Amino acid sequence: MYVLIAGGGKAGANVMRTLLRHGHEATIIEQKRDRFERLESEFEHQAMQGDATELYTLEKAGVKRPPDLVLALTGDDEDNLVISQLAKEKYGVQKIIARVNDPRNQPHFDLLGISPTVCATSSILGLVEHEVPEHDLVHLLELRKENLEIVEVQIDKESPSAGKTVEKLRLPEGSRLISVMRDGTAEIAVGSTELKPGDQVLAILQPGKEDELRRILLKK
Amino acid sequence: MKLIVIGCGRVGSTIAKRFASEGWNVTAVDENESALSRLGENWTGGFIVGHGMDTVVLREAGIEEADAVVVSTDGDNTNLVIGQVAQKRFGIECTVVRILDPARADFYRERGLRTICPTSTAIDSLTEAVRSCDIPTVREEVKA
Repeated sequence: MYVLIAGGGKAGANVMRTLLRHGHEATIIEQKRDRFERLESEFEHQAMQGDATELYTLEKAGVKRPPDLVLALTGDDEDNLVISQLAKEKYGVQKIIARVNDPRNQPHFDLLGISPTVCATSSILGLVEHEVPEHDLVHLLELRKENLEIVEVQIDKESPSAGKTVEKLRLPEGSRLISVMRDGTAEIAVGSTELKPGDQVLAILQPGKEDELRRILLKK
Repeated sequence: MKLIVIGCGRVGSTIAKRFASEGWNVTAVDENESALSRLGENWTGGFIVGHGMDTVVLREAGIEEADAVVVSTDGDNTNLVIGQVAQKRFGIECTVVRILDPARADFYRERGLRTICPTSTAIDSLTEAVRSCDIPTVREEVKA
């Protein structure tokens, strides 16, 4: 596999190292002189200095082959967006992974059709949510392409769904319960599954339906 | 008519003032508060401090009611993203974007974004200026 990496910070350099160790071919582009020199001493001719948002630099790095994968990992979201757009739409790269530095820019990546994206801040926030008990509904996974997400809710004594079977719940359209975890074992949720206080329920739903789901399962 | 100018440097501020003097309702957006001084003491239009990539800032500037948007920050990629957001998210057909790199300006122009490239304009003007000089075909010292 040939991989082109834009951005030689910690993320870029570590991915580069791993790819090479696994026998892949890769080029890493870094703009800053000091960073580039460190990369060059490690990766030699496989490191390139330049602005990866310039067509000239991308072409010198072999974007026209085209690479099997382009990773846009710079610290600037606007740069990652432009690199991704150029790779995809000008050079026909099939697979692109872009880093989102500021989660507020995620809608821009979505708007311009850049997917998948990785955002460290959002991942950390997701984990924080998981740790904080006040969050009664935890986002576990977002399936952007499918426009679906998987969430976890905890049923308690006051929940209106406690004591009811799944088929009796008036779940919002575009949502389903996946499984029920009770006393350390999980079971697939079917119509006859009865929810009990203490259950951890996984649900799949369309983004935006969280409040409706929360109301049916949790609110009095 | 309402115009939003994002990036209030030399170019953006002059455009803002020009349209304001023609009676347009103009709001300028810049990251730096000091950019307000470029609009002059008598500026009566809007001015928002914030980053143009931030849709909260764009909404505050009134992008939803804008007839035209000029994007002229000092970053090409920033301008490309803001321009596409104005055009695609907010549906502002008259979105005009300044891009210094001719290659990126051409690529995005082909994709339907109105990019203006001052570099290409300078290259054309300079070339034309040289061509229009009255240069004798045979130079004096060559004759001697």
